[in-house]
Amino acid sequence: MIDKQSIFGRVSKITFLSICLIVTIFPLYWIVITSLKAPGAIYELPLKYWPSEISFDNYIGLFTKSDFGRYMVNSLIVATVASTVATLISLLSAYVLARFQFAGRGAVMAAFLLTQMIPGFIALGPLYMMMSNFDLVDSKTGLILVYIAICIPFCTIMLRGFFENVPDALEEAAMIDGCSRLSALFRVLVPVMMPGIAASFIFNFVNCWNELFLSVTLMNSDENKTIPTALAGFISSFNIDWGSMSAAAVLTVVPTLAIFAFASKFIVQGLTAGAVKG
Amino acid sequence: MAFDAQRTVTRSSETGSASPQPPKEYRHKKRFNARTAWTLAGFMAPAAIFVAIFTYYPMISGSQMAFRNWNLNDLSDTSWIGWGNFVTLFENPEFGTIVRNTVVWVVGSLVPQVVIGFALALFLKRKFRFRSGYQALIFFPWAVSGFLIGMLFRWMFNAEFGVVNDLLMKAGFIDTPIPWLAEPGFAMTAIIIANIWYGVTFFAIMILAALQSVSDEMYEAAAIDGAGKVRTLFSITLPAIAVTLGLTILLRIIWIFNFPDVIWAMTGGGPADQTHIITTYMIKITQEGDYGQASALGLIVVFTLMLFAVFYLMAMRPRKAKR
Repeated sequence: MIDKQSIFGRVSKITFLSICLIVTIFPLYWIVITSLKAPGAIYELPLKYWPSEISFDNYIGLFTKSDFGRYMVNSLIVATVASTVATLISLLSAYVLARFQFAGRGAVMAAFLLTQMIPGFIALGPLYMMMSNFDLVDSKTGLILVYIAICIPFCTIMLRGFFENVPDALEEAAMIDGCSRLSALFRVLVPVMMPGIAASFIFNFVNCWNELFLSVTLMNSDENKTIPTALAGFISSFNIDWGSMSAAAVLTVVPTLAIFAFASKFIVQGLTAGAVKG
Repeated sequence: MAFDAQRTVTRSSETGSASPQPPKEYRHKKRFNARTAWTLAGFMAPAAIFVAIFTYYPMISGSQMAFRNWNLNDLSDTSWIGWGNFVTLFENPEFGTIVRNTVVWVVGSLVPQVVIGFALALFLKRKFRFRSGYQALIFFPWAVSGFLIGMLFRWMFNAEFGVVNDLLMKAGFIDTPIPWLAEPGFAMTAIIIANIWYGVTFFAIMILAALQSVSDEMYEAAAIDGAGKVRTLFSITLPAIAVTLGLTILLRIIWIFNFPDVIWAMTGGGPADQTHIITTYMIKITQEGDYGQASALGLIVVFTLMLFAVFYLMAMRPRKAKR
């Protein structure tokens, strides 16, 4: 650009960006502050924007009075297994869709895209009945299977975009050297595409970690509950214990926040690619 | 830098916006022999089987429930009742409110998201010192689930101990606390504010990616021709990103339509069922066990969205052909 920014332009830019930043970050600040207040101090007026004394009682209560540790482990198991398997499966299907022309290719793409338009909870009732026929209600395996199915379409679409940026001469050379197609895929293409694969995996993981309605419908025993189910249980009673809720919210957000901070670059890349593509 | 601009350029060439460079992708699709076909079918099978069993089977088997009397609380009579479930829905006095709420929810969330997101993207377009750090910070809402966002805002909009009332009173806008989540009008406002907060970053990032695909020469030419900032925005920037913007908005409308999480956590559809949108209402009747009515509503959602998408894409087409 040729022109220099005027003082007015610069001031309005800084003002606008600062307001956006404050508004975006404030809810996080507020939930952290709430969680660090002593349980009684949360309901004290006037509101304090900085706790008079920092207390970890809400966090301690979460682990002693409820089974939050177990819920976190459950969520971790379900999200890790489901997103790993979904990424592997999608890698194979994305490869085929990116590289080959065959009858029904358009139909498969359309079927995958359609699942992005129609939310998973639209068939909650029939899904519940099917799962109970398979004896997979209130089972981590059952939830993992459903999550894999939910992750596959978008993950495939996203990975397909990454495959299309890798020349096919790569795997052809490997196959001429005697690799099977599968080993060419994993030995040659996967290392090149690692950033894209990492982004897809993270995206799946965060989606599974945050998913609400399916887990609320399918899981009910204390032993198998994941975090979202447990949190939803906090509000079913008339009074919400905001101390525990805020502590739980912080503990739930921190892992995904850490992952996002670490990998936001890849995720943005994958998302814009996938969505602009439509 | 958080974006790979080159990538977006090649993408947008597909959707029709101007792209000076030839696509760098390797997108010619190969044909193959019978032996390879079996390998590829094997590659494709797991994904297809998973999606067929856990997504499409429930959806298709569920759609017949829409025409049956199917209530989990009483499965002794599951006879076919034709359009009965649809009639019950339409005759429900709440249905008008729910449809109106859905429209208010989608439009009220979308328009501010686009406008603020666009402004944010324009400000972020030019490099400045802390730009990538700034982007990482405003990225934060994406890491939070819809449910937790609902809880965060439910607490902030709490009438007695909520920080929103406190700030508004300190600033002198109001004298007495507003019962945000107890009055339908205020409750709708509150849930929409929460949703705007969630979605602005998304638009900012998508629009920024599109903006970075517009070549600098176009802006330089406009500047030489003496175009001002406003003129440049409307004559260069907007036409260049129109298609990407249009598609992003379409996807976002569908997504907001199907996004009950925030409402479910903040108000649960209350007070007195006055803040339900179609999808929260569907979840409510599913949980009550009336799978017949829930499926009927599900079919209505799918057909409405499909019709909408078709009309929207048709309306977009002439603009695409003009350039």
